Amino acid sequence: MALRIGVFVCDCGTNIAGFLDVPKVCEYAKTLPDVVYVKENMYTCSNAGIQEIMDAIKKHKLNRVVVAACTPRTHEALFRKACEDAGLNKFLFEFVNIRDQCSWVHQKEREKATEKAKDLVRMGVARARLLEPLKEIKIDVEKKSLVIGGGIAGMTAALSLAEQGFEVYLVEKENRLGGLLNYINQIYPSDANAQQFLEEIVKRVEKEKKIHVLLNSEVESVDGYIGNFNVRIRQKKESKEIKVGTIIVAIGAKPYEPMHMYNYDEYENVITQFELEKILKEKGKIDAESVVFIQCVGGRGERVRYCSRICCMNSIKNARIIKKMMPNANVYIIHKGMQTYGTEYEEYCRKAREEGVRFIRVRDAVPTVTSLEKKDGRIAVGFYHPGLRRKVEIQADLVVLSTPLIQREDAKRISQMLKVPLGQDGFFFEAHVKLRPVDFATDGIYMAGSCRAPASIDECIMQALASASRAAIPMAKGYVEAEPLMPLIDESKCMGCGVCVEVCPYGAMKIVEKNGKKVAENIPAACKGCGACGASCIHKAIKMHHFADEQIMAQIEEAI
Amino acid sequence: MKGVLVIGGGVAGIQAALDLADRGIHVYLVEKEPSIGGRMALLDKTMSTNDCSICILAPKMNECFSHPNIEVLEYSEVIGVEGKAGNFKVKVKRKAKYVDATKCTGCGDCMEKCPTEIPNEYNSYLDKRKAIFLPFPQAVPRKATIDERYCLKLTKNRCGLCQKICKAEAIDYNQKDKIIELNVASIIVAIGSSLYEPKDLVEYGYGRYANVHTWMEYERLINAAGPTHGHLKCAPDGRRPKKIAFIQCVGSRDVKRCQWCSSVCCMVSIKSAMLANEHYGDLESYIFYSDLRVFSKRFYEYSKRGERDYKITYIHARPGEIKEDKRTKNLIIYYEDENEGKVKELEVEMVILATPIMPAKDVKQLAEILGIETNEYGFIKVKDYVFHPVETTREGIFVAGCCERPKDITESVVQASAAAAKAAEIAGLVEG
Repeated sequence: MALRIGVFVCDCGTNIAGFLDVPKVCEYAKTLPDVVYVKENMYTCSNAGIQEIMDAIKKHKLNRVVVAACTPRTHEALFRKACEDAGLNKFLFEFVNIRDQCSWVHQKEREKATEKAKDLVRMGVARARLLEPLKEIKIDVEKKSLVIGGGIAGMTAALSLAEQGFEVYLVEKENRLGGLLNYINQIYPSDANAQQFLEEIVKRVEKEKKIHVLLNSEVESVDGYIGNFNVRIRQKKESKEIKVGTIIVAIGAKPYEPMHMYNYDEYENVITQFELEKILKEKGKIDAESVVFIQCVGGRGERVRYCSRICCMNSIKNARIIKKMMPNANVYIIHKGMQTYGTEYEEYCRKAREEGVRFIRVRDAVPTVTSLEKKDGRIAVGFYHPGLRRKVEIQADLVVLSTPLIQREDAKRISQMLKVPLGQDGFFFEAHVKLRPVDFATDGIYMAGSCRAPASIDECIMQALASASRAAIPMAKGYVEAEPLMPLIDESKCMGCGVCVEVCPYGAMKIVEKNGKKVAENIPAACKGCGACGASCIHKAIKMHHFADEQIMAQIEEAI
Repeated sequence: MKGVLVIGGGVAGIQAALDLADRGIHVYLVEKEPSIGGRMALLDKTMSTNDCSICILAPKMNECFSHPNIEVLEYSEVIGVEGKAGNFKVKVKRKAKYVDATKCTGCGDCMEKCPTEIPNEYNSYLDKRKAIFLPFPQAVPRKATIDERYCLKLTKNRCGLCQKICKAEAIDYNQKDKIIELNVASIIVAIGSSLYEPKDLVEYGYGRYANVHTWMEYERLINAAGPTHGHLKCAPDGRRPKKIAFIQCVGSRDVKRCQWCSSVCCMVSIKSAMLANEHYGDLESYIFYSDLRVFSKRFYEYSKRGERDYKITYIHARPGEIKEDKRTKNLIIYYEDENEGKVKELEVEMVILATPIMPAKDVKQLAEILGIETNEYGFIKVKDYVFHPVETTREGIFVAGCCERPKDITESVVQASAAAAKAAEIAGLVEG
């Protein structure tokens, strides 16, 4: 069939049209071989633009569509769908990036930008000519989920999934559920009794027939892909295999231990917030007339770079408890800006002020206080007071260090096992900071709670419910569709060397024996079509669907 | 299976609708404006990645509109709810657009010819729009709407130009409001928020000084699709500023006004200052703050980057007053410098006020219709802040986004998914 290519060039309002000559690019596109239709749109992504693509496919019998616009990152799926809705195989669509990679970076070079856009369109058209129709793959999804971590986030996610009708394996490495919540005295901002709440939720989890609680257990290995994860779980000396469709990571975090900081290991009345929490929970009292809370110990550039989010509220909570027990005690919080955002937290902070907790704001510099000295059984806490513009000392009987939550040791192992990334801060890295905050980039794997970033109990619960919603989508649907961008392996050329297996970041390649010969095989549902296997195959046995050598060579030839 | 009603088509409503629809549940998405998108559609860039807001939202808006399981009811309002969890009967008023949506192509010819210009609420009233309009270029659906309050034909039976010009013959002055009835298992409320207008804070001169703006006005000023095409201009001569100041907590954390912390403003100001510096490399910014609230993932690092790479100076002070230089229209900020302990002056060309997120204007009315409660701040009340963060006080009705309390896009999306999980439980029970 003769090639009939349609080219749509987007103004993106002024994002593109403001910096290069779109009509000229359109005129040029008309001169390219096999191009039978060219259209300029103010916004190709608008409903009207989409409609124009669909109408043109039908009216002009287009069998290839090229859109020159913003970026495939955000808009490829939309244009592909327009093609599909108009009856054109969506893999016959080609995206040319003339905004992010052209108009935006050449804002002061109108003519050159126009020439570059023409080059890019020519390259796109060259590739479009060689595109082949492909078919999406449908994969069944196992309607069971694995939740790693039995803390508040893991339990909440498991309960929500169960209530939505799915079976859940809840894996906890300790001998009891609850995670960090086991050590917490009260929950802010409602001051609910943490242990009472924990007891109730554990009871609910244990009673729920759809949840299989596996204590003293660790996930040993995970193979497979969305809908079909084969998971090996070790429970003491036994090992068992389960199959699940989705995985939620909720392994929590742990408080940083401030060794060799703020005389923590020297003075016994210098303790961490976490230790104070335990004392309050177990003894319900402390012996001190003057208590100083020091914020950001180890956080905000001291040992870790980030702000740990929950420590300000924790200090206020415990300061209020102390003030309530001992109204005459002097309670100070030395901070670098209280993080009491929103409605209830701000109110909580205001109440603390009214009750006599004293807040002292110091500069956002490291360290928060400059000296801790033992004097007559008390500790002199020294710091520069910006308001007074001099060094000040407060005598304390108890110094409480607010240390950040940090990632657990096994985060690295789990990230490698699931092939999901950790960020610079050591916490799990989401697919998109704003629009996919509890998803991993790898399909079928989600996260919740403090393993994503420090989070309060209410935030853990919220994220857990969100991750349960996300995980439920493929399970409720019962299947997923995978893009057919996977490699095609020429078994006559493949030597079974296994290089592709090693380089594949998604665990989507394996070596199998076929007719007495070792050859590579692709797992379509796990494959992201990245092409690492194709590029690394020294025997040229791997052809990438949709990114075939000849398609890419055609683009390069047009470029040079 | 009975569907779910989502009220509000901002990012929270869109996310909730998509989560539910993707798993096979039918969703009605009611939006009172002519386009979905909400406030996020009107923001320029989003913190902490500086992604273009509409660029990341537009695909979701389109996905929503074209989703086989989602019925978008734009320009509509919920006017009555009966029944209970699992079986709500909802009355929705579909306001007349006076445009046949099946015929309108969104070409814009009518808007060009319409003679009636009115202040444009979608650009924070900084420019004008026509009586027949699209809220913004990426509107979904991209269909014109006639504002019956201002249209000459509808108010005075004059004009009629749009009907003459429309090649698609889509204009229908006789269209009437329609009431439709829906039967749903559960409801998610995601109606968003309003913003505080700092007119009573006379010391900052908002409304009196030409170069004092709110943060939402700034979002439109720095946006390429905004009234100045993204160029910052100062009165009286349209010169571009070299120094800008941002003042935090204008109206918030204030027992006489909004008691709460608006959660997002510190980051919004840092982002805004970064964008200004990206536009003009020599531009300096000063952020006057009480507590710089940069608590979420990568936010603190972002604030430090602003200081290091974008010529931002953070000043811990609450300015007492701003005065305007009558000739230059420059603004002189009076504040106490804590390093020296005395009142100082800083002259800048533009001041941006970080005004708080407030409950939506119609929240009380809607709460009454839905039979749910609002809290002491006027936001929609949840059953329990910690343990039931998406349940309202009425069973089967859930909440997400800024109508519950001020929050950023990430947290709105998280809460929207959480609400979807809960709404799905009920929809599932009905099915079972």
